[in-house]
Amino acid sequence: MAFPILSVIVLTPLVAGLIILLIPRERKTEVRVTALAAAILSLVLSIWVYFAYQVSAGGYQFIEKADWLPFLGISYHMGVDGISVPLVLLTGIVVVAGVLISWGVEDRPREYYAFMMFLATSIFGVFVSLDLFQLFFFFEIAVFPKYLMIAVWGSPQTREYGAMKLTLYLFLGSVIALIGVLAMYFASGLRTFDMIALEKANFAPGFQYIWFPAVFFGFAILGGIFPFHSWAPDGHVAAPTAISMLLAGVEMKVGAFGALRAAIMLLPQGAHDWVWLILLLGTINVVYGAFIAMIQTDFKYVIGFSSVSHMGLVMMGFATLSREGFLGAGMQMFSHGVMTALFFAVVGMVYDRAHTREISRLGGLFRKMPWAAIGFIIAGFVSMGMPGFSGFVAEFPVFMGVWRSQPPIYAIIAVLGILLTAAYILRVVSRVFFGDAPVELAGVSDVTVLDKVAVSGLATIMIVLGLFPILMTPMVQSGVDHIVYLLGVIK
Amino acid sequence: MSVDPILFLAILPEIGLVILGGLVLLLDLVLKQPAQRWLGWVTAIGLWVILAVHLVFGAPHPGLTEVWGGMLRWDWMAYVFQGIFLLGASLTALFGMDWDVLGQRGEFYLLALAATMGMCLMAASADLVMLFLAIETTSIPLYALSGFLVRDYKSTESGFKYMLYGATTSAVMLYGFSLIYGFTGTTRIYGVAEIFQEMFTRQGSAAVYALLGIMLLVLVGVSFKASAAPFHFWAPDVYEGAPTPVAGFLSTASKAAGFAVLMRFVIAVLPPTVMGDASSLVGRAGPYMTAVLALIATLSMIIGNVLALTQKNIKRLLAYSSIAQAGYILIGVTAGSSLGQAGAIFYLGAYLVTNLAAFGIVSIVGRVVCSDEISAYAGLSRRSPGLALGLLAAFLSLGGIPPFGGFVGKVLVFAAAIDARLYWLAILGIINSVVGLYYYLTVLKTVYLYRSQEEDSPLRLTRPWVIALAACVVGILLTGTFFGPLYQWSQAAAAALFSF
Amino acid sequence: MDFAANHLLSIILFSPTVAALIVLCLPREEENLIRWVSLAASLVPLGFSIALWANFQPGQAGFQFQEKIIWYPPLNSSYHLGVDGISLPMVLLTTLLTPLSLLASFSIQERVKPYMVLFLLLETGLLGVFMALDLVIFFVFWEIGLVPMYFLINQWGGANRGYASLKFILYTIAGSLGLLLAIQMIGVVSGTFDLLDLFKTWPSLQGTLFGLPAETVKTIAFWAFVIAFAIKVPIWPFHTWLPDAHTEAPTAGSMILAGVLLKLGGYGFLRLVLPLYPAEAHAYAGWLAFLATMAIIFGALGAAGQSDFKRLVAYASINHMGFVVLGIAAAAYAAGTQNAVLALNGAVLQMFSHGLTAAGMFFLVGVIYERTHTRDLNAYGGLFTLVPVYGGILIFTAMAWLGLPGLSGFVPEFLVVRGAWPVFTLATALSMIGLLFTGVYALIAIRQVLHGPLNERWVGHLGEINLREIMVISPLMVLMLITGVWPAWILDVINHAAGALSGLF
Repeated sequence: MAFPILSVIVLTPLVAGLIILLIPRERKTEVRVTALAAAILSLVLSIWVYFAYQVSAGGYQFIEKADWLPFLGISYHMGVDGISVPLVLLTGIVVVAGVLISWGVEDRPREYYAFMMFLATSIFGVFVSLDLFQLFFFFEIAVFPKYLMIAVWGSPQTREYGAMKLTLYLFLGSVIALIGVLAMYFASGLRTFDMIALEKANFAPGFQYIWFPAVFFGFAILGGIFPFHSWAPDGHVAAPTAISMLLAGVEMKVGAFGALRAAIMLLPQGAHDWVWLILLLGTINVVYGAFIAMIQTDFKYVIGFSSVSHMGLVMMGFATLSREGFLGAGMQMFSHGVMTALFFAVVGMVYDRAHTREISRLGGLFRKMPWAAIGFIIAGFVSMGMPGFSGFVAEFPVFMGVWRSQPPIYAIIAVLGILLTAAYILRVVSRVFFGDAPVELAGVSDVTVLDKVAVSGLATIMIVLGLFPILMTPMVQSGVDHIVYLLGVIK
Repeated sequence: MSVDPILFLAILPEIGLVILGGLVLLLDLVLKQPAQRWLGWVTAIGLWVILAVHLVFGAPHPGLTEVWGGMLRWDWMAYVFQGIFLLGASLTALFGMDWDVLGQRGEFYLLALAATMGMCLMAASADLVMLFLAIETTSIPLYALSGFLVRDYKSTESGFKYMLYGATTSAVMLYGFSLIYGFTGTTRIYGVAEIFQEMFTRQGSAAVYALLGIMLLVLVGVSFKASAAPFHFWAPDVYEGAPTPVAGFLSTASKAAGFAVLMRFVIAVLPPTVMGDASSLVGRAGPYMTAVLALIATLSMIIGNVLALTQKNIKRLLAYSSIAQAGYILIGVTAGSSLGQAGAIFYLGAYLVTNLAAFGIVSIVGRVVCSDEISAYAGLSRRSPGLALGLLAAFLSLGGIPPFGGFVGKVLVFAAAIDARLYWLAILGIINSVVGLYYYLTVLKTVYLYRSQEEDSPLRLTRPWVIALAACVVGILLTGTFFGPLYQWSQAAAAALFSF
Repeated sequence: MDFAANHLLSIILFSPTVAALIVLCLPREEENLIRWVSLAASLVPLGFSIALWANFQPGQAGFQFQEKIIWYPPLNSSYHLGVDGISLPMVLLTTLLTPLSLLASFSIQERVKPYMVLFLLLETGLLGVFMALDLVIFFVFWEIGLVPMYFLINQWGGANRGYASLKFILYTIAGSLGLLLAIQMIGVVSGTFDLLDLFKTWPSLQGTLFGLPAETVKTIAFWAFVIAFAIKVPIWPFHTWLPDAHTEAPTAGSMILAGVLLKLGGYGFLRLVLPLYPAEAHAYAGWLAFLATMAIIFGALGAAGQSDFKRLVAYASINHMGFVVLGIAAAAYAAGTQNAVLALNGAVLQMFSHGLTAAGMFFLVGVIYERTHTRDLNAYGGLFTLVPVYGGILIFTAMAWLGLPGLSGFVPEFLVVRGAWPVFTLATALSMIGLLFTGVYALIAIRQVLHGPLNERWVGHLGEINLREIMVISPLMVLMLITGVWPAWILDVINHAAGALSGLF
């Protein structure tokens, strides 16, 4: 029997979390090391999966299947395809980065790291699930770590509100999606939750027309689609740094991924019927998010809204139902994940030292923390879609997809988002990192070695991918081929 | 006359309970307080033994369904529910062992055992008279348990209230039973539907209204037991006043018993249908039944969740929460299908360990902090991280979050609702789940975020308590992850409901 | 050797990047080491581009030294490089101006290392645009060049640098958005981004696209391209970013900005607009000529009215680049004729020549500014007596700058006028009036600085131009002279490509 590598990736953080809970609370270093070990193990294994995946063969690989409740058609079914492999890798990267960034947490690190591990398991689990019930199971596990980590360790003024808003909003979205999923279960007549089987289920067009929005938007809420996005800025800003990185960087992709797997791939006719709305909302996301980011006075809120804006491009990519669009969306999920993790990491470093996030009270930080500044600037260029970085290689195909499949006016409107992004990024960079440092910030220290490691790693990935997109595109392309095939069946 | 010995297997739990009760009574006379605390171990271990024997030997034999002259039904429904009651009682005995006045009095254990026996009979009853006897056998000890703390005015008030409301609703239900007898001439629960069907073919819609009226009367009594709206109003006061382990027992085992009767009665007499053919009584009256049950479920969920939002006392919050939970379980029943009943039964099983854990933690914290206010839970995560995690598991299971049993239960009942095309009910269910999650998270927030003065002094936990809580938490996790076995039992029980 | 021969363009393109990475590893404090290493490293691409020039076959058709590797398969975009007679002078100009600018930057005192790194990265960006034969690669390098320039102005610039740099980058990005959209659209419609393929297929595209007739779509795309390049050149009225950016940039920044960056715009017209949109270019050539004339006249008038020396030179760039656009407009309108070829020759040579003279002028402004710390022309006066060598050099450069026959500025202006006169007579006539004003502002500048009554405050405070600075300006002066006296050395290279370009229609 083949080594169950996916199960190990998913369950390692869970096991680590449980072990951490048993460690006596005074032994903080052991807690941190355990968490780091688990994160690195998962990362190494996901890198292995990335390179071991056979792009030419395509399809779902590393499959593991066992019965869970056969009477109801629920099975423990794992596998990855060209779309989920990069996302698994992304999760591995961001979790390691998050663990490193959190090294300095002193208030009950045991519970903190245990919850982070549970969150990691949840995210990994969603990406590798091939059974809808299982996908849901892992999807919902994330609810309580998210809530507690924001409410307990987040920024004092807004954490309770931000945590509750985020959790309830996302819970509502997920149960709406659950209803849709259950409806699909019964309508298929196959009495199974197995996604591979359901891909062939051929639901009635009327059924798909009614239920596609429920399933898609239920998941897409977690992806931050307008107008259900307002939980994101409040929640992400209130969260502690590493959690912002995980939430904005990876968890939002879970939502988009769920929407892709459960809605677009299983209800293709419904997708065809509703893409006009998704495209419209996605475009609004891009422009509106960028616009609001421009007028923020809090450094972290700028980044929070920037995430809303960039997820809009993912939605637009989906909505084109084209090869390029899906390719761009897949690349954008990875690129934006790394980028926003870097953004929030640097914001956290600034806040820890300056104790303020007000842009008007910051300045001249380049001299004090050059590594962090350069990392932020690189992330800024990625978000502007500057060629040479991964943002460009992700956005370009999305726009091509829009040109190919949809009224071009959307491309023209969305491109405004690029301009606005450039404006707010340059504004923030010049005010926060350049210029003169205010008196209060005279004593600000440079970032730690671990911080530098995290920043360099993330930045390097974005540059490498931007210069050599061929490292990832064939993989994503193979997953996209399957999606387009499913969509084409009814065309 | 000769009695087939195999019939004794049908009443194995009841026999066991009687023997155990006798043993406890004897020891109670012999032992002095406070040594009577050891009765707790006796009760608990004895119940486990009975449970084990019941599980091994008590499985129903095919072909032998109505036993003991038609008084009892020996089927999977009874089997599963009796298991639930025995488990609940044993955990309650352990939780109550170190609870001040309660655990040191042999009467506590005896009353609990008596109530348990009544519940076992309730789940197995196939005859109206037997059913009423069983209900009263359950209720009266529970009234006494609620008012156990005679020096505490809140406890006596709760006992009184419980008794008065309970008696009233029982009387109404009895009236309904008598009407059944009057109309049909039989007290066999499973024979009622047939006779009413004949009435219907002879007299038309008059039979429909008669049957509906009777069902409503019966529902009064049963809903009371299940703490479903609009007969829920006793629950907050009674749970608040009763000794906390008793409240736990009430909210789980007693509720389950009520549901057992509800399901049994409803499916046997007038199962809810969404669309039925007008030629049969069930087809005509079924949709009304669905409407009534849906209404009760909706009211329970909404009232329970909305009123829980404002509670400052954790026992009252848990009371309203259990009203809402009754609503969710009723969604499964309302669906009318085998899946729905199975979901409801699964939910009750997961709910048993969940709520017992919750009340168990409340009982210990309440005793140490001398307060049942939610604000007293501040800083608990620093004081006793393990306890906080247990509370986390219980409350999240109530909220319907994986990997805890409440999640699977909710999925099942919502699935049943969708399968039965009761989409509005499912949507109401999920909206209520979101509201519910709010107050569960608020309590957890208090536990994890807020600080308190005493957070450095650890809580002293006693062994029986730890064992019981551990068992509950394991149960919560098992029902959430390896839910196959429990589901299969629930499925078998549900199937048994439908076989006449 | 074989590798070098086969990948000459890649070597030229990326050696500045490698140099930048090497400099990045040097310790921050060793400023002199950093300066000399950077300078030495920047001579490498220069050496190779001279080799390139030597091995280039002027008479041969098409692009030479081509390299092609697939880069982004799903888009069908490849890393495709190549040079012809139009891009080769630009490559040479870039690799020449960069070492000179670095040498000029030796006087920068703070944060020398990031400065040098950014400058080297900028060179890669600029070279990439000139060499690219794939639309996506073109755009990639086009944008990449913006980032180092932004930082060079923002961090090492004058008093108003924040505003100037932001305006520069946002204006340019805004302009290039239209270009981006048009490129995407072309890729979707044609299935490829390769220029050689597109030259064949795009101009003759017919039918309906996106529900509109192909001609309409192509016209919109044409204007999108034009606007992006017009901002860069800059063509009036899209020029407002230039005076601020040039004035606030550090000396070497202005040298590269005026010397090379503006040529990216002109090059864009030549490489992309004319071949891809021959019909539209022909149709709107009149407008382009009009705008070019406006640039020539208003640029000159604007320069003449300045009291800030550096700003004067900045406006002069607008004036000079106008001739480039005039030449392009004439070539667009009169495609296939001898006039078009002449005008194109003039346009390309003007780009080269202006690169030399503008860089030279900005440098000389920088020289005097470092000594006097003012750029106010009224604050100077009669400096010739104090710094005669500098004065002589300034006069020489300014003469080339204003187009004195015998120096490099004259030949292209003559060619453009000769080529455009039969085509756009009125515009050309007006432009010659503009030429008159060119002389006016140049002489005004010289008079204000060097002649007239000596301004007493500089006596004893003004050092003569030193050896390093002479090293910077000398190559430029030599080239100005050679190109003016014997233009054939470069025109031979340009001519064939210009002919091919006009014949391409």
